[in-house]
Amino acid sequence: MKDDHNGAPRTVPIQSATFSNPVNAEIRRAAATGIYDIRGGGAKRKVPHFDDLLFLGASISRYPLEGYREKCETSVTLGSRFAKNPIQLDIPVTIAGMSFGALSGPAKEALGRGATMAGTSTTTGDGGMTEEERGHSNKLVYQYLPSRYGMNPDDLRRADAIEIVVGQGAKPGGGGMLLGQKISDRVAEMRNLPKGIDQRSACRHPDWTGPDDLEIKILELREITNWEKPIYIKVGGARPYFDTTLAVKAGADVVVLDGMQGGTAATQDVFIEHVGQPILACIREAVRALQDLDMHREVQLVVSGGIRTGADVAKAMALGADAVAIGTAALIALGDNDPKWEAEYNALGTTAGAYDDWQEGRDPAGITTQDPELMARFDPVEGGRRLNNYLKVLTLEAQTIARACGKNHLHNLEPEDLCALTLEAAAMAKIPLAGTDWYPGKPGTSY
Amino acid sequence: MQTFDLEAQGLRELNSSLHAQASDTNQTHWEIVNPKGSHAIAVGLDAPIEVNVRGSTGYYCAGMNKQATVHVHGSVGPGTAENMMSGMVVVEGDASQYAGATGHGGTLVIKGNASSRCGISMKGIDIIVHGNIGHMSAFMAQSGNLVVCGDAGEALGDSLYEARLFVRGSVKSLGADCIEKEMRPEHIAILEELLERGGCDAKASEFKRYGSARKLYNFNIDNAY
Repeated sequence: MKDDHNGAPRTVPIQSATFSNPVNAEIRRAAATGIYDIRGGGAKRKVPHFDDLLFLGASISRYPLEGYREKCETSVTLGSRFAKNPIQLDIPVTIAGMSFGALSGPAKEALGRGATMAGTSTTTGDGGMTEEERGHSNKLVYQYLPSRYGMNPDDLRRADAIEIVVGQGAKPGGGGMLLGQKISDRVAEMRNLPKGIDQRSACRHPDWTGPDDLEIKILELREITNWEKPIYIKVGGARPYFDTTLAVKAGADVVVLDGMQGGTAATQDVFIEHVGQPILACIREAVRALQDLDMHREVQLVVSGGIRTGADVAKAMALGADAVAIGTAALIALGDNDPKWEAEYNALGTTAGAYDDWQEGRDPAGITTQDPELMARFDPVEGGRRLNNYLKVLTLEAQTIARACGKNHLHNLEPEDLCALTLEAAAMAKIPLAGTDWYPGKPGTSY
Repeated sequence: MQTFDLEAQGLRELNSSLHAQASDTNQTHWEIVNPKGSHAIAVGLDAPIEVNVRGSTGYYCAGMNKQATVHVHGSVGPGTAENMMSGMVVVEGDASQYAGATGHGGTLVIKGNASSRCGISMKGIDIIVHGNIGHMSAFMAQSGNLVVCGDAGEALGDSLYEARLFVRGSVKSLGADCIEKEMRPEHIAILEELLERGGCDAKASEFKRYGSARKLYNFNIDNAY
């Protein structure tokens, strides 16, 4: 603090919380370019999340399981409602849909390798199924998207499950755009579009509208695939109670629910940060819908959006999910945003951990790119090994917590095992605030 | 010839019987009776067989067809021949919304009219409509040919990529980035072949060609408002 000319104290310079430096920088950027910011990833703002929940652990009234001796099962079956061949997974952590195009072929291969070693599934994305991915994925979920890029009945039959994508957490109600920089010859050919042009993905499916149509679309897909494949419906975290209800009504075997922290390859920043709900606010509403229909555990619920640790996995399952899916965390496990590329991130005007211009295709880690030189930096075998390690840790951590709660299967975790640290989390997750038996909106209470 | 009574034998048995046909099957002619507007008739076929449907169908008739020829002696509901890969689908009557949506190949012939969004997001299919087509047809159409012997509704070819659109009658309006283009001799030749394939006696010279202005091919903020 400097004195003024007369020696009297001056006020301290105060940055506005409303017009903060990042906000002002964005205003200047917008004013200079006239273009809204497009980026990859999910919501970066702080929202109520699994960190706002704690497990209670065992006590006199609950006894724990021995950490290293007693069994704690982790397997999960997805698609048992109608499909002849439900998917059996060893662990309840799956790999979320990410497209070839957004990711390189070797990155897709690594996801398949890692998921297969860990005994779980991976998922295609907008752009179709690649041989790298099918060949290295023991269990592969084939996304059925509005663009239908690369969609064909042969791949549909080669898949282990079909995921009809209605929306995703990063942009519920939005389509996508893969910018021309990432449209290599191979990507262009798979999508049946000219090389180098921006490829738009529609926000609605071209041949059905609403749940009644969707029910008929599911009938068609089941008929084409001999009723063998589980059919998932993926929705963004918008109106989870109604979306889950309608997905079940339409005939889904599995509902995939993606919160706003879920990533995307490229979307407007304003969409990512201002549309959709945190996953914490979505799970209990989806579970309530399933319970109201007497379909909880009959139709499985997979949740995603900000899953990072085994604690997150355990909390999601305690809230009623059957499994979780990871996307961003899987990319980080592969090497995305690794500080070893810091100098190159700096050259791109960013820093490790903050790099999100995945749409530009200049990823120093060689993962979110189609540039042959950058892709060559990434070893899919090593990537697969790292992903497998990470998935194992997630599972071991979730088991550690489940045993501490006295559960011999991750599915036995329940809301009663949790307390909330904040009022917001208590309200969203319908979990009592720590030290109380109350949460906002609890039936029978006046708040 | 195999005759299949859909009402008596059911959809699952129909489709599994058709799927069981290999490329060298000698059961090449199938007759489906009593379709009664059922959905998902003859979907996912993958053999060089001929299927005649005696009556009208519901949604997604001949969806994802490969190799087969499906001939509907009636009208079809939404999404007929959606995502077709190859083969041929002929509709004697009218077609509801999204006919030929996202089709990658093959030929769809509609002898009546087609409703809205005909050829939406088409990716290589050829669609020949003897009558009119509804609004938003060929939306985001990527490749292939759409031939309309009658009139086209509003917003034809909105956000079009490389598909070719040939319309003989009036076009109520063109969608964003869709423009009329010169009909050169090579286009006349393509159209004549399509008209012959679709059983149309119209003259290629009577048609106008529409295609993409290619102004939406790369992101421009001025197009985002």
